[in-house]
Amino acid sequence: MTERKIRVLIAKPGLDGHDRGAKVIARALRDAGMEVIYTGLRQTPEMIAEAALQEDVDVVGLSILSGAHNALVPAVIDKLHENGLKDVKVFVGGIVPEPDIPDLLNKGVYAVFGPGTSTQFVADEIQKAVKSRI
Amino acid sequence: MTMDSLDPQAIRAGNRLALARALTAVENNTPESREIQAALFPHTGHAHLIGVTGAPGSGKSTLVNQLAKAFRHPQGNANAPRVAIIAVDPTSPFTGGALLGDRIRMQDLAGDKGIFIRSMASRGALGGLAHNTAAFATVLDGAGFDVIIIETVGAGQAEVNIATLAHTVIVVEAPGMGDDIQAIKAGILEIADIIVVNKADRPGAENTARALQAMLEMARGDTSNFAQAGKHMRRAQHDQKEAFEPIGEQALWNTPIQLATAVDGKGVEDIVGHILHHKAFLQETGLWQVKEGQRLRKDLESLIQDLLIRRWQEALDDGKFSSILQDVIEKKRTPLDAAEALIRT
Repeated sequence: MTERKIRVLIAKPGLDGHDRGAKVIARALRDAGMEVIYTGLRQTPEMIAEAALQEDVDVVGLSILSGAHNALVPAVIDKLHENGLKDVKVFVGGIVPEPDIPDLLNKGVYAVFGPGTSTQFVADEIQKAVKSRI
Repeated sequence: MTMDSLDPQAIRAGNRLALARALTAVENNTPESREIQAALFPHTGHAHLIGVTGAPGSGKSTLVNQLAKAFRHPQGNANAPRVAIIAVDPTSPFTGGALLGDRIRMQDLAGDKGIFIRSMASRGALGGLAHNTAAFATVLDGAGFDVIIIETVGAGQAEVNIATLAHTVIVVEAPGMGDDIQAIKAGILEIADIIVVNKADRPGAENTARALQAMLEMARGDTSNFAQAGKHMRRAQHDQKEAFEPIGEQALWNTPIQLATAVDGKGVEDIVGHILHHKAFLQETGLWQVKEGQRLRKDLESLIQDLLIRRWQEALDDGKFSSILQDVIEKKRTPLDAAEALIRT
């Protein structure tokens, strides 16, 4: 059997104006040996869940700078579940105030990575999360 | 991942989750993947496989996006062909990872349930395709897709495996990516059934098209014997005209050169026209079946190679290998002698 690669979808839901952070993470995960599919800006929850389905990813990373995470993240998770993707691990990065984090975790987010999180740490956390899925 | 996700019935009925999971199984060569391929293989042979290749930055993904849209137009038409896209990108040889960025150019296709886009990393395979791209095409064909567009790794000159896999190969060039000499790197030109000079709004597009036309004509006119994507041709001896007669039943296809600006959709209708024209040509001349035969043969040979090597590796005594390798390093044996000795295991 071929060595299994971790497939990650990095998505930008909502109306963020730039994606530098998402691209940094995407490159870092590639350097950690993962296959990273990047969606580009201005994705709807439907588009993200559709891409996650077609690409059969292990992980969805949502990068949100706009502050709309409380609306967008649960919407994405709902769509993922609708598509039958219950065991995909969802990570959130960007600008998420600490008080909002517990609620996101309760809604099914695996982890939230704030600004300044080391990319190595993100890669390691993803490896750990996926091991429990395969 | 549960076994019942890999249900061929579900896949043929249009269940996209089952399809996605099957593709993953195939990509990873799992035991279940053999059963799913066996179940779907008898239903293959219907889809039109279109390869899109060309140097990085020539606009392949943008063109694929437009082609898929054109095939699906008008939207909501139940008779529009179902389109699958396989987008292959290179795996980093150093990290083993890959950035699969072709989907970004295909935003227009989101929401259309008749389109399925799957990104593949090359995972070390050379030749522009991933090792299991052909197997992906089998699954998608068996799943009922009418058109399968395969976008290869941005090509230099060696990425020509697409020629054996696809019925119709589109080579995408862009002006200003090097001088006319680039066009002479003929490996790519020889496999083209359609050449697109994209980004035609840029200066030099007409010149690029002219240079390519000259290259195509040279390839036809100069040699008395040449192979065009596996079709052997011979200059007609009995008259002086620059005519070619086919050897056997094989006929000649005139590769069109099409200017386009994919990002604006210009030229896309014409390209679709060429594609349909080429498909009709293949079907009328019987080359459609010939290509299928060639592809299956190549697939078979490649699998035999893999199996033989794997068997040899399993039977190999590591100690014997190390000691024979040492002989080579100490110049006691040539590498060829050593290889023959090792195969004789």
